[in-house]
Amino acid sequence: MNSNLSSLAHNVQTRLLGLLQLLGGTFLTFVEATGQFAFFTLRAISHVFRPPLYFRQISRQFVDIGYYCLPVVGLTTLFSGMVLALQSYTGFSRYAGGAESAIANVVVISITRELGPVMAGLMVAGRIGASIAAELGTMRVTEQVDALTTLSTHPVKYLIVPRILAGVLMLPLLVAVGDVIGVFGGFLISVYRLDFNAANYIDQTWKFLETIDVVSGLVKASVFGFVVTLMGCYFGFNSKGGAQGVGAATTNAVVSSSILILILNYFLTGLFFGAK
Amino acid sequence: MAIETKIQLKDVHKAFGRKKVLNGVFLSVEKGQSLVVIGGSGTGKSVMIKCVLGIIESDSGSIQIDGEETRGAIGKKRDAFLNKFGMLFQGSALFDSLPVWKNVAFKLIQAKHLPAKEAKDVAVETLAQVGLAPDVADLFPAELSGGMQKRVALARAIAAKPEIIFFDEPTTGLDPIMADVINELIVKCVKNLGATTISITHDMASARKIADRVAMIHEGKIIWHGRKDEIDHSGNPYVEQFIHGRGEGPIKMQIKRD
Repeated sequence: MNSNLSSLAHNVQTRLLGLLQLLGGTFLTFVEATGQFAFFTLRAISHVFRPPLYFRQISRQFVDIGYYCLPVVGLTTLFSGMVLALQSYTGFSRYAGGAESAIANVVVISITRELGPVMAGLMVAGRIGASIAAELGTMRVTEQVDALTTLSTHPVKYLIVPRILAGVLMLPLLVAVGDVIGVFGGFLISVYRLDFNAANYIDQTWKFLETIDVVSGLVKASVFGFVVTLMGCYFGFNSKGGAQGVGAATTNAVVSSSILILILNYFLTGLFFGAK
Repeated sequence: MAIETKIQLKDVHKAFGRKKVLNGVFLSVEKGQSLVVIGGSGTGKSVMIKCVLGIIESDSGSIQIDGEETRGAIGKKRDAFLNKFGMLFQGSALFDSLPVWKNVAFKLIQAKHLPAKEAKDVAVETLAQVGLAPDVADLFPAELSGGMQKRVALARAIAAKPEIIFFDEPTTGLDPIMADVINELIVKCVKNLGATTISITHDMASARKIADRVAMIHEGKIIWHGRKDEIDHSGNPYVEQFIHGRGEGPIKMQIKRD
């Protein structure tokens, strides 16, 4: 009886210890990963401001993000604007009058403040974030990153700085174009499907739009561009162990940057509009 | 003429987590000498040369190139020291987004800022040295066979005329004839440049061909060091087992990585 109890106590003790060990281990890994990520981020940023810059690489990345992402971003914002107009019409038509001006208002504000930057950010995360992680990951596991070092070329400057610069500077540009296309999508539906007056719609759009709507959207875009390219570079640059490692890096880059975009979007919105 | 020590490692340690990979490595290479480091897989050969290059940071000890400490060197000092190096990687590690000639001339264009036309001339010349025709210059690495990729990688390693060259398993993955061709090229190119070299390999035929001196690494330590012709009567049971490729002996193969 007694020995049974003591063995039970011993059993419970070892399990508890095991649990504590697991918790502690997980916590330590988390802290280590956070520190590693913070260090990587600071290192990448510091190299942006130290010459030499590789302009050929930078221009290549600019074209990759700014130009080749245009179709995807244009299509998503176009249909977002169209859906917005359609949905708000079914909603607002329940109230007497005002549907026409309300729709123009809803479309332009939603697109410039929210849908433009978030949609573009998520699309670029899928397109550019994934390709950065896969490309850098493959370069890492085939020792091409090490080869850069032996060829007197700093891997962070050559591979990471151009990509982050392109993300930060090109995404606002994409979003600016996307904003216009999105508003145009709303306009198309309003005029051709809902039979609103075209001049009136444009007039309403201009009347409601404020500078802060567009500026906040472009600042968001810049932050999202940073997040997407940074995550792609971080996971690609630190990938390990062949094809599987590269696959994992790509998934991690896309998932983490998508989640971060949605979280940061909330806080940035709070920062711009929360005080009112 | 006094013998000049080009590369010197003293008591270099490196551990990854709990696993000690380098456990006090002492090694010195004289100027113009070709040292081959032999040892089984996972004994720390690659880690050792990556520590010298600073691609992996060693935990303690001293690494000197031309009498100058290079551990922890940063900025201009590190640039100057990296400029002395060339390296041939195990998997060639060619940049697949660039054509062959831009690979070969990479250092000349990026670090020494040679104009493109001159750089291409040097690239074609260097390709000729490794037995490749000028029309290879415009192909992409993916279009080449493994042996040709290795030649391009060798051309890239020697194009900027480095003082020190590292060869990481130069013959792995090649057929015996191509392996011998690469060995010949290494010997020829190194002689032309007068470079100091460290090669790591487990291919004894390659070691015998390119070495002046041989060192054997086991469990993160250099356990034997001698002239090439001494290797067959080293009296060291580890070396004996390795060069004859016996399963039985003092070296126990690790099945699992830990």
